[in-house]
Amino acid sequence: MKKLLRNLTFAGWLSFIGIVLVLLVAIFAPLLVANDPMETDPLRRLSREEGFPLGCDQLGQCVYSRLIYGARLSLIIGFSARLSSLLIGLAIGLAAGYAGGWLDWFLMRVVDMFLAFPSLLLAIAVSMVMGSGIKTVIFALAIVGWAEMARIIRSAALELRSAEYVLAARTLGASHLRIVLTHILPNCLPLITVIFTMGMATAVLSEASLSFLGLGVDPSLPTWGGMVASAKDYMLRRPELVVYPGLCIAFLVIVFNIFGDELRDILDPSRKGNW
Amino acid sequence: MLEFTLRRLAATIPVLLGILLISFVVLYLIPGDPAQTVAGPRADAATLARIAEEMGLDQPLHQRFFSYLHRIFKGDLGSSAVSGKPVLDSVIEKLPFTLKLAALAMSFSIVLGILAGIISAITQGRWLDRVCTVFSVAGISIPVFLSGLVFLYVFAVRLKWFPSSGFDADNSLMPFILPAFTLGIRSAAFLARIVRSSMIEVLNQDFIRTARAKGLSPARILFRHGLVNALIPVITVIGLDLSSYLNGSVIVETIFDLPGIGRFAMDAILQRDYPVIQGIVMLGALVFILVNLLVDLLYAWINPKIRDEMLGKLAR
Repeated sequence: MKKLLRNLTFAGWLSFIGIVLVLLVAIFAPLLVANDPMETDPLRRLSREEGFPLGCDQLGQCVYSRLIYGARLSLIIGFSARLSSLLIGLAIGLAAGYAGGWLDWFLMRVVDMFLAFPSLLLAIAVSMVMGSGIKTVIFALAIVGWAEMARIIRSAALELRSAEYVLAARTLGASHLRIVLTHILPNCLPLITVIFTMGMATAVLSEASLSFLGLGVDPSLPTWGGMVASAKDYMLRRPELVVYPGLCIAFLVIVFNIFGDELRDILDPSRKGNW
Repeated sequence: MLEFTLRRLAATIPVLLGILLISFVVLYLIPGDPAQTVAGPRADAATLARIAEEMGLDQPLHQRFFSYLHRIFKGDLGSSAVSGKPVLDSVIEKLPFTLKLAALAMSFSIVLGILAGIISAITQGRWLDRVCTVFSVAGISIPVFLSGLVFLYVFAVRLKWFPSSGFDADNSLMPFILPAFTLGIRSAAFLARIVRSSMIEVLNQDFIRTARAKGLSPARILFRHGLVNALIPVITVIGLDLSSYLNGSVIVETIFDLPGIGRFAMDAILQRDYPVIQGIVMLGALVFILVNLLVDLLYAWINPKIRDEMLGKLAR
């Protein structure tokens, strides 16, 4: 952690501050909003009224307040989706990398299969089968995201398997489970931090795309992707209503991308410069 | 090379079969009785049973999977639940639009991505490199639907340089330029990063120093020695781009109102036309696997060093 803070570049600090900022906005959303984000009023439709900082959308809802709550949904869904893919990816990746042999071969073919599916279409298909809702979106993004995590963790585990301290632990009679949990897993942690952060960018972007297509969570909930989708029909009158939520998505994705990149350069220098 | 080809194929065939199996399971999990869909909501029990028998729904699951495989290999991907039209026919009909879009997007991506990557690599650490990096981070992070809508508003609605929606009957490229640009800058941003790092790596190698010591001109070193070698990794990007174009086409064709595969998929989603969606997703995965197989074989053929490396990975 100390090493991390010392080595962070200027861009890294900026992106870190950006993430903290969005996090604070999400936590303190009820204190920051100007109006109830769900309250509709046909009379305020697309108006720029006093007390509504960024005006109102096509249902007369406060755009500013919806943007604030949108941060909450983006972070909650992105984080839960990442966590779920991480858990699946860890289980599969560690098993494949540590066991090797036919199990590795088999699990990696399963990973190949999931990587082959066009991710957005797969997420759409999953959310259609399961019906809309926050849990569905999280599940769909986890199904799409776990394979890449499994592949990266597997190659790390494969290298660690033949490390001297693992062989030593084995000779001392440690069980496989113990070795994986106390020797392999802790040494994968820096790598896991990196792929988790970089994956947050992808998860946020995918959630926004699903919401934009109307296949994410309930469309009445304030999601940034959903706000772009509903504002696009009124783009000729109020083009800025597309831009505000769009920029929020771009901002969150950019800070996660830069911060993830920075983390990788510091924690995992061997992969420096590639994405 | 023969050993590599065989081993690569051996790794591909189970994946292909697995994709078919997953597609079959998804089709099985989809809510609703397929016989009911075909027969219509008011069919009586006897008709339903007859249709179920005709469709082979009464057979055990493994037998249904084999007849499913048989059907797929004959090129039958099922039919739309809404129009009854075979999925493959519709896909073939709509493919030219999406191919045109993808080809144009790829041209944008290759020109912009390689140019930005080279500029970044030769001005490494200076301000021009920083500018390119900023653009590439932005290009990767800005959602396709935002850039698409902004381009549509600025260049089609305000400036009227391009038609704002739909595609006109005269075979022009005009309606494809904005959507292709939208997709292209995103993959150009990825490409720029890869070209930059591979160019820097190549330029730091011994043979470049030798070329410099021989007194060759910097331009000749850059293009004749550096670029040719730095571009090899770019081939793999093309395979990955394919998947991103299929995903992106769903969004971009919806925004720009183009009648391609993406739009077809989106319409099917809105109408809950499960067989069509399942067919498109499976086809996308199959094409992805085959293109990546070709890319790997091409890659291994161009660069034997990499072939041995990949062979080691496959054999392990």
